[in-house]
Amino acid sequence: MVQSFRLDGVGLIKRDKKLSFKFNGKIYYGYEGDTLASALIANGIHLVGRSFKYHRPRGFFGAGVDEPYAIVQLFRNGETEPNIKATEQELFEGLEASSVNCWPSVNFDIGAINNFLKIFLPAGFYYKTFMWPKSFWYKIYEPLIRKAAGLGTVSTSHDKERYEHKYEYCDLLIAGSGPSGLASAYAAAKNGARVILAEDKSRFGGTLLTNDVNIGNKSGKEWAEGIISELKEMPNVIVKNRSQVFGYYDHNMLVMTERISDHLPITKKFHPKQRLWYIRAQEVLISSGSIERPLVFGNNDTPGVMLSSAAKEYLKVYGVLVGKKPLIFTNNDSGYETAIEFKKNGIDPVILDTRKNPQSEIVDEAKHLKINIKFSYVVVAAKGYKKVKSADIAQISDDKEQLGKLENVKCDCICVSGFWTPTIHLASQSGNKTTFDENIDAFVPGISKQNERTLGAANGEYRLSETLKNSFETGYELSKKITNNDNKVSFPNVLEKKSTVHDKFWCVPLPKGKNYKRFLDFQNDVAVSDIEIALKEGYRSIEHVKRYTTLGMATDQGKTSNLNGLQLVSKIENKVVPAVGHTTFRPPYTPVSIGAIVGREIGKHSKPTRKSPMHSWHEKNNAVFVDAGVWLRPRYYKRGNENLFEGSKREAKNVRRNVGVCDVTTLGKIDIKGPDAAELLNRVYTNAWLKLPIGKARYGVMLREDGIVMDDGTTTRISENHYHMTTTTAQAANVLSHLEYYLQLVWPELNVNVVSTTEQWAGAAIAGPKSRDLLQKLFPNFDVSNEGLPFMGYMEGELFGVKARIFRISFSGELAYEVNVESDNGNFMWEKIMEIGKELKIQPYGTEALSTLRIEMGHVAGSELDGRTIPYDNSLEGLVSKKKDFIGKRSLSKKAFSADDRQKIVGVIPLDKKTSIPEGSHLVKDSKASLPNPKLGYISASCWSVEHDNPFSLAILKDGKNMIGKKLFVMSPLKNKIIPVEIVSSHYVDPKGERARS
Amino acid sequence: MLYINCPHCGLRSQNEFSYGGDATVKRPDLNKEISDQDWDNFVYNRKSLRGKHWELWQHISGCRQWIKVERDTSTHEIFNTLKANEETI
Repeated sequence: MVQSFRLDGVGLIKRDKKLSFKFNGKIYYGYEGDTLASALIANGIHLVGRSFKYHRPRGFFGAGVDEPYAIVQLFRNGETEPNIKATEQELFEGLEASSVNCWPSVNFDIGAINNFLKIFLPAGFYYKTFMWPKSFWYKIYEPLIRKAAGLGTVSTSHDKERYEHKYEYCDLLIAGSGPSGLASAYAAAKNGARVILAEDKSRFGGTLLTNDVNIGNKSGKEWAEGIISELKEMPNVIVKNRSQVFGYYDHNMLVMTERISDHLPITKKFHPKQRLWYIRAQEVLISSGSIERPLVFGNNDTPGVMLSSAAKEYLKVYGVLVGKKPLIFTNNDSGYETAIEFKKNGIDPVILDTRKNPQSEIVDEAKHLKINIKFSYVVVAAKGYKKVKSADIAQISDDKEQLGKLENVKCDCICVSGFWTPTIHLASQSGNKTTFDENIDAFVPGISKQNERTLGAANGEYRLSETLKNSFETGYELSKKITNNDNKVSFPNVLEKKSTVHDKFWCVPLPKGKNYKRFLDFQNDVAVSDIEIALKEGYRSIEHVKRYTTLGMATDQGKTSNLNGLQLVSKIENKVVPAVGHTTFRPPYTPVSIGAIVGREIGKHSKPTRKSPMHSWHEKNNAVFVDAGVWLRPRYYKRGNENLFEGSKREAKNVRRNVGVCDVTTLGKIDIKGPDAAELLNRVYTNAWLKLPIGKARYGVMLREDGIVMDDGTTTRISENHYHMTTTTAQAANVLSHLEYYLQLVWPELNVNVVSTTEQWAGAAIAGPKSRDLLQKLFPNFDVSNEGLPFMGYMEGELFGVKARIFRISFSGELAYEVNVESDNGNFMWEKIMEIGKELKIQPYGTEALSTLRIEMGHVAGSELDGRTIPYDNSLEGLVSKKKDFIGKRSLSKKAFSADDRQKIVGVIPLDKKTSIPEGSHLVKDSKASLPNPKLGYISASCWSVEHDNPFSLAILKDGKNMIGKKLFVMSPLKNKIIPVEIVSSHYVDPKGERARS
Repeated sequence: MLYINCPHCGLRSQNEFSYGGDATVKRPDLNKEISDQDWDNFVYNRKSLRGKHWELWQHISGCRQWIKVERDTSTHEIFNTLKANEETI
């Protein structure tokens, strides 16, 4: 297909690199350096989508970030992405894109019937229309609206691309590489400041690429290229294109997305698709420029109506004509510049100027070029449905209220210029109090809250010479303040055409008898009439008007619509614009992909998975893993076709009968040293710690200040002033912070140091009646007899030349030991245990068997110490010292905590001794009582008792101590189960604890 | 993201710290009689101030020290930071 709207020899595209791409299934051609938008326009394509509400045809309105219309679905490298602006997406070979929000096709869209029903779709129509009958919302209205009103489809498959985060620091962050950005960056960099210069587009230079200016005897574009290539060579400067600074946060933290691979057919190896930069800047210079404002007239959303600056950019950057019979509609001199560019390229434009008799160099040049200019003229309405075919124009009276006779002129595009709106988003996000500038009818930054300044057009300064002067000066001053250097660069000569004042006129009145839609917000189909209705209905605050009418919402966030909306509200309300105020600017300035926000924090828990040093052994031996916090632990070791129930039962049985080994590396470990270590333990734990002998371990429970159990574990006295504390896997980090809190803030007089050693030690629990035999074989030169290493004893040994710590502690209730070696030796230890234990019929056991063993012994764990229970509830009152004070003790005397019928841990057995009891079930007295059935307690943990060969559960039950022997019902509405049960002691196996002491 | 001046390490970003509540709360001495009301105030009752506020942060991914930070809860401005053993003004 021929690119019939492409000019020869104009533009910055690479003509030797022809690219093919597909839009809505059809193949087209463009060049490297095109955007999808410029390539489509070059092929004469102007219909790219349908509008959100009325499904009216949509074309292109801008040429960049402000684009409200041309949002497409992109297909790239087997992935699909919605919400892509065609004006931002760079063309690459094989690009595929399609229109959104139209069905079945962009040319024939059934939803366009809304356009004829628009009388029924006024402002707030969702709130008014779809409210009754209520039940219709979920089943009928919502699915239909979702289908009709979307901006694309999100892929449901895993994103294969890689996204990265980067932290950076600089003296000066400069957002935008137009004239002010380049000048300030250059001045500051030459003075030794560390500078980051960020440009959203692929090309640096901003308006210098399209404006006819001369700086230091070079064209604007050449001057920009010179500055950029010099900056790129400097070691103190980071220059980034395709990088949007989208958020300004507290303490001068700014966030930027760098689109590294979006413009390539596939991402290069080892490259991310996008990178998110967190930049902490000493000073920020905002040089984000300005966006042209539309003029409002009838059917001003017809494809072919676009900003005049966009038309100029398509022409000068891409060598593309947006039309061959252009009508320029302007209230200021900018429209003339576009007209002049058309004329220079052999196209005859017509200018309609709302002003009566403007005098300026630019107007003179247009007159000199013999461009047809009609003063005091307006476009009343665009004609044509899928593309502008002509325009109804008319003369307008000096008071701008009366229209003359309508005339129809043929045209294929209407380029509008309603003057310029500074892009103040970043300044406003930073907390800057913006002010309204009467001269330009727009808000500009005012008093800064953080270290930021706004330069150039973003600050309402549209003269290039002034902009460059201020920017050189500011870059120099700020860098001098930071670096104390004094290298000033010389200021270049600037030649630019002088312009005159704009006309404050922005909205064309309706001619008599006509009811054209005059759109303010092009993305959300908000017309003048919608705002009028909202105000009539009593909405006053601009924030409410925005939410009711959707003015300025959605992906473009009203970049082209906000100011005209404000002008309208202020006109109807008879207020000045600053009294109406603007809605809050919030980050992000442009849409940011979720992938970039997430970065590498993906996968399980969005964190790296922690594995014990024995992990690969577990893997090789058919371990089925389970998440334990951020750790992976073997749940059971699968043999043949065994399921979890069978496998864990086998492993638990083997512990009770022979000997088993369990990886307990994940337990939290804290090394405690110092002369006051015992005193610290005595204050942190509920039981007494001052008299623990060296070489002995003790079980302890610690509380929060509110009396709730925080954690439990054993602590061992290694030497005089050295203790080894263990915590549960889940609470390890919290317990360390807890200890540090008391040592640093509450009792700084205690001479103690604590440090986490969780990852320094690998741990193996050896449990079962044959565990001592095994231990003796592992440590043949050490006395591990009941006398040599008694219950709760500790000794240091040597495991075939490897230093080991041996603790005689038991979680399973059996005779048991825990052996710790340095992490690097973990696998060696494990393999030795398995090798030597073979003749004793050793089997490894996982967390499921571990749970079974502790549940039937009545040992509490995380499911009982769940942040809701006090020591009494867990039958741990024997560990609560009456003599000494400790953290949380005072809370235990609370009335509720000492009530007679306080909840307490009990055992639960189903009467049929067969039915497993679901964890989390409730205990009730009467299974048939009317709802809500009073809940007496809940099942905290369940297992199949391998000792008794029937189900057994632990429960926290109201008045538990008086309930032993009673019969209750377990109810689980989730599992639809009602099970008659008997309440028994929580110690179901070896209640006196003889085995562990044997 | 806040920029907190750790008195031990210097300026660090907020994501290295964890928040620890009101820095002006004093734990009652051990082994001392205390009324239900006073204990309740210590454990549960906190003012939710708007404006300047001394609060605790722990430099959890850095030096692991608890520090005191004077911050405006509405503007996030930080005025002062102190070590754990320094008294707030």
